[in-house]
Amino acid sequence: MPRGVSPHVDLPPFQSLIDDHASELHRFLVASVGPTDAEDCLQETFISALRAYPRLRHGDHLRAWLYTIAQRKATDLIRRRARHRAGNLDDADPAQLASAAPGVLDDGLWRSVRTLPPKQRAAVVHRFVFDLAYAQIAERMGVSEEAARQNVSAGLRRLRMEVTS
Amino acid sequence: MTDIERDLRTIAPAYPDAPGFAEALARRAADAGLLDVAYATADSPMGELTVFVTPRGLVRLAYPGEPQGELMAELAARVSPRILRAPGPTDEVRRELDDYFSGRRRAFEVPLDWSLVRGFARGVLRATAEVPFGAVTTYGWVAAEAGSPRGARAAGNALGSNPIPIVLPCHRVLHADGGLGGYTGGLDRKRFLLTLEGSLASG
Repeated sequence: MPRGVSPHVDLPPFQSLIDDHASELHRFLVASVGPTDAEDCLQETFISALRAYPRLRHGDHLRAWLYTIAQRKATDLIRRRARHRAGNLDDADPAQLASAAPGVLDDGLWRSVRTLPPKQRAAVVHRFVFDLAYAQIAERMGVSEEAARQNVSAGLRRLRMEVTS
Repeated sequence: MTDIERDLRTIAPAYPDAPGFAEALARRAADAGLLDVAYATADSPMGELTVFVTPRGLVRLAYPGEPQGELMAELAARVSPRILRAPGPTDEVRRELDDYFSGRRRAFEVPLDWSLVRGFARGVLRATAEVPFGAVTTYGWVAAEAGSPRGARAAGNALGSNPIPIVLPCHRVLHADGGLGGYTGGLDRKRFLLTLEGSLASG
């Protein structure tokens, strides 16, 4: 192999990340932010990932890395929405307001999931949308199995309070 | 299982992939300067070709049957891992290939990216690029042009590693005695191209 070559020899072509994970990340985001904004959130996730990609030092844990970015994008969006709702409606972007409107499949319980703190929200989605064991949730979130378990149960506690109140 | 858990499971949202997603993503990546290698397939009389384009130009053209995994891994390592399937940036190359195969074009004008060609091979392929449609030359001549008059055999190896066949016309290089010589894509392909260009009688 000639000199001047990139040192990132073990990074797969980015397209394979999209082929392998776009569908599951989309599901994760639909559950995290709702159907209307999930696709845009997914675009943002891949653009951020693409920007950072050549700087990665190895190709391990790429799936967990993508989930971390997706989780961050979902959190950013939810905060942006909250700010819009708090602000004057006259100043709000009409597109933003429209996208905050409940969609066809925007069930009330899942709307409550979106108000959970980011880690609890992600853990609940992994558990109930993907039906994952705690060890798998831990791997995707890059946390310990114990932390994964705690996030799920804390999330469920909060949801129960919201639903019964 | 609590009622909440049951509800979460029964109404877990699942959605099909939105169409047009990949295309929109590729466009956005290109606008942000994050699309280093775009690729798409092109139908041709030689089968389905795959063209790889960087912002500098055509960097790789693959014949059918080249192992996709190895091909992509090589581009990821030697050019950039920011590789996306995106037809847009490859349109011009695919149009010129179409024109070439249908006899409407004798010379390619798309810019080339020489990233995958280094050292002696670059000299050999640059010389090869000077050989026009309908003409042929010898391994000895391209070797001499590359600064190595005795390097006919080395020139053969360099041509064999041509990352942009057809467009960089290594098929126009023959043995001094008129024999066809070799071709990495298989001699049938060399014969096909030389016949298309009128350098070999058909049949």
